[in-house]
Amino acid sequence: MSSSDFTLWVYLSRTPLLWLCLTLCVYGVVDAIAQRFGRHPLVNPVVLSVIVLGSILMATGTDYRTYFDGAQFIHFMLGPATVALAVPLYQNRLIVRRSLIPMLAALVCGSVVACVSAVMTALALGAPPNIVMSIAPKSVTAGVAMSIAEGLGGDPALAAVLVLITGILGAIMVTPLMNALGVRDYRARGFAVGLASLGIGTARAFQVDPIAGTFAGIAIGLNAAMTAFIVPWIMPYFV
Amino acid sequence: MLIALSVILLCQLAGEALARAAQLPLPGPVLGMAFLFCVMLLRDRFAQTPAVQTRLMTIEPTASSLLAHLSLMFVPAGVGVVRNLGVLAHYGVQLFLALILSTFLTLVVSVAVFRMVSRLLGETDTGELS
Repeated sequence: MSSSDFTLWVYLSRTPLLWLCLTLCVYGVVDAIAQRFGRHPLVNPVVLSVIVLGSILMATGTDYRTYFDGAQFIHFMLGPATVALAVPLYQNRLIVRRSLIPMLAALVCGSVVACVSAVMTALALGAPPNIVMSIAPKSVTAGVAMSIAEGLGGDPALAAVLVLITGILGAIMVTPLMNALGVRDYRARGFAVGLASLGIGTARAFQVDPIAGTFAGIAIGLNAAMTAFIVPWIMPYFV
Repeated sequence: MLIALSVILLCQLAGEALARAAQLPLPGPVLGMAFLFCVMLLRDRFAQTPAVQTRLMTIEPTASSLLAHLSLMFVPAGVGVVRNLGVLAHYGVQLFLALILSTFLTLVVSVAVFRMVSRLLGETDTGELS
């Protein structure tokens, strides 16, 4: 690289525009590839974009803070998008109202299983208590999980990482698993994936079926409240 | 579009404010979702003049364009995870196995309970009333 090219690179790499554009372009290409594969569960656009962008950052020696200066504009949209989940909820409100009882039953059982099974497996495999505290809230949105983990004496950063990995695992698992179980009720499929793996699962649900997406969105909201309520109550039994 | 976006952001703002002020364990945007739902119900009931109706009708297309790219919005946080994988240095394998097993169990149990209760209520496999 000549020195003027280098100055241009230094200038661009420090403005938010470069990383914002790059995130959008990488996602655009990856999403087109996912579509080409017929939205196969293993070709997850979030995973692929993260791998490509992570490699670019590593190859160029860019730190995350610089990247996030640009990417924050996309990250910010998560809030309004969560609020926008009210619209499919509103459009399907009759089906939702009819499904209240199965939903609440699945909510209670699902969020207890999410927390207890993760904690018990981690303990059985020999993870120490402070680590186990960070896995307990893995099925709620990252922000809430961080504050729950902190309240329990776990590590908030670890909790956030575990939440995202859970989201990706759920999004990959849900379609083949539900097909194998022969579940044709898209309300139940969506609600389960929203409960188990939140936003990334919900994004997947909307790609598969609008009703599934709607119920996944409701599950996010309900489970955030439920987990915050049950986790501090369950944990003393284990640690 | 402008009005719809403002309504959505105002709902989020109200949600964040309420979550913070009342120290609720809920994320602000989730409360914002509840507020927007109420706004849409109120729109049906009270927005009688066509001018108000048309303006508030833009909420639906705006929301669907936001939701169409939900996956994209997790990318910046996901890249952060890649840079933060160091926290998984100890017990990474155990935690990963615990997550796989737990996610699997959560999916199976939630869907099974949902279907079981729905069947008890006399609904068919696809959720229709039989």
